[in-house]
Amino acid sequence: MHLEFEKELSELHQKIQQLKRLYTIGEKEKEAELRYLQREFKKRSRQLYSKLDPWERVQVARHPNRPHAMDFINLVFKNFTELHGDRCFGDDKAIVAGFAYFYGMPVAVIGQEKGRTTKEKMERNFGMPHPEGYRKAIRIARLAERYGMPVITLIDTPGAYPGIGAEERGQSEAIAQSLYTFGYLRVPVVAVVIGEGGSGGALALGVANRVLIFENAVYSVISPEGCAAILWKDQNKVKEASRAMKLTARDLFNLGVVDAVVPEPEGALHWDYEGGARLLRYFLRKCLRDLLKLSPEELVEDRIRKFERMGVFTKA
Amino acid sequence: MGLLDRFRKREEKEALWTKCENCKSILYIPELRANLNVCPKCQYHFNLPAKERLGSLLEEGYKLLFEDIKPADPLNFKDTKPYKERLKQAQEQTGLTEAMLVAEGLLKDLQVLIAVMDFGFIGGSMGSVVGERFYRACKYASQKGLPLVAVITSGGARMQEGILSLMQMAKTSMGVGYLKEKGIPYITVLTDPTTGGVSASFAFLGDIIIAEPGALIGFAGPRVIEQTIKQKLPEGFQRAEFLLEKGMVDMVVHRKELKETLHRLLHMATYWKRYVEV
Repeated sequence: MHLEFEKELSELHQKIQQLKRLYTIGEKEKEAELRYLQREFKKRSRQLYSKLDPWERVQVARHPNRPHAMDFINLVFKNFTELHGDRCFGDDKAIVAGFAYFYGMPVAVIGQEKGRTTKEKMERNFGMPHPEGYRKAIRIARLAERYGMPVITLIDTPGAYPGIGAEERGQSEAIAQSLYTFGYLRVPVVAVVIGEGGSGGALALGVANRVLIFENAVYSVISPEGCAAILWKDQNKVKEASRAMKLTARDLFNLGVVDAVVPEPEGALHWDYEGGARLLRYFLRKCLRDLLKLSPEELVEDRIRKFERMGVFTKA
Repeated sequence: MGLLDRFRKREEKEALWTKCENCKSILYIPELRANLNVCPKCQYHFNLPAKERLGSLLEEGYKLLFEDIKPADPLNFKDTKPYKERLKQAQEQTGLTEAMLVAEGLLKDLQVLIAVMDFGFIGGSMGSVVGERFYRACKYASQKGLPLVAVITSGGARMQEGILSLMQMAKTSMGVGYLKEKGIPYITVLTDPTTGGVSASFAFLGDIIIAEPGALIGFAGPRVIEQTIKQKLPEGFQRAEFLLEKGMVDMVVHRKELKETLHRLLHMATYWKRYVEV
């Protein structure tokens, strides 16, 4: 599966994969060809992904092959031990949560998972959590706090689910409580926007001491489709809406909303899961090393100061 | 365009009559105003502008705070109209500087801080200024030991300030922490409509949550839900009475009884602490 503008790159990728299968050590000719193709791939992908417009960036962030929370959980952490349920209503599979080892340190990991296969996507509701998902996240975050464990969240959702059950069970209340709980958590919290940071449903896992974002990930107040429909009164104005909202990683960094942009190897994460995981591990480790020096009080203070600064206004 | 905008436009032409949205009765506007914008026939609660709301709750002589914090246009946003223009227009139409007013004053005999939103100002949407004013209100209330009441109406986060509006959800939610830390009462009054980013942040963090009759309250708007689930929503869904039944709000209070109710709750909630301190 590839996006329209990735056609050329996808063909190149197929050639490389095929050649890798056919190649046995010592075949000079194939080796040279492989080298050439790989060089070419690197060059072209860098060219392609550095020039994307914001709407194309949104499509890369939603790419069907893009690694999801579970991929990162398996590649970045060891012994992930999933915990289930909110102890009130049910277990929301749009949010995965549990404990795992990160460089030998136990941490709590909470992520939004969209699912890969059709069946899994349905089960996970395409990564759109219900209130019980946020309540599970709150429960695990509180647990981590009690054990003194750092918390790492992985954000990838189109948004909190807009449905009857979600409203009946207090979607607003669950998100609000999540914002509040994460805000005052007495352990280090690092949030990573790995794909789609869709509105309040994303922010509910995004109140952290450090917020990281992958190069092609996006984070916005409303989906480009929603923004276009409301402000332009035209669903097709997604390009304009994407540009106006300043939702790319670079824009967010310039606005001071994220602390660092994690580069994506080969131009986009979906060409190299391991490479992406390696970089994420490096950035997470750096963040945690700084944060682990702070006392619980300092951690809360650090988060308050961080979010207090958010916003632009004039003052007479 | 909000209901009130229509009101104001008509007012310019000195219209004296309007029709109730709900029961369709013809209403005499001065009478409706005197009745706090509640239809005298069917008790339908029209939107109440921020200033009138303050007048209905506080004694005269209240003081507006943080009015020097004014909106900017950080993204240089332009949809079908530049954001700067929208702001100017909203300011002219409502006579307000932003969608939230913060006032310190007397609710009967109790000194309180009240944050009031106005739906006429870009749908009561929350941008940087609403976030900052609310956050400061929390800090101020905490420093002075004043209870905080937030009377809310909002379509959600303001799209024209993009991600910065979203971040106000985090900021306002953390603001509430200043009050909780000291055991200062924080009561929210949810009026029609309260949705989106405001609903999912400081609105639902109230110690006690009051809703006005018939108010639409929810995370997603009904249209978005209908489009998502491809079904018609049941009658009364997301209305105040429905939320009461589902356990999401503490009470549904008629606008005319709001002052009395708030006073009683705040008196009860602050009584013992004051007693201990004396």
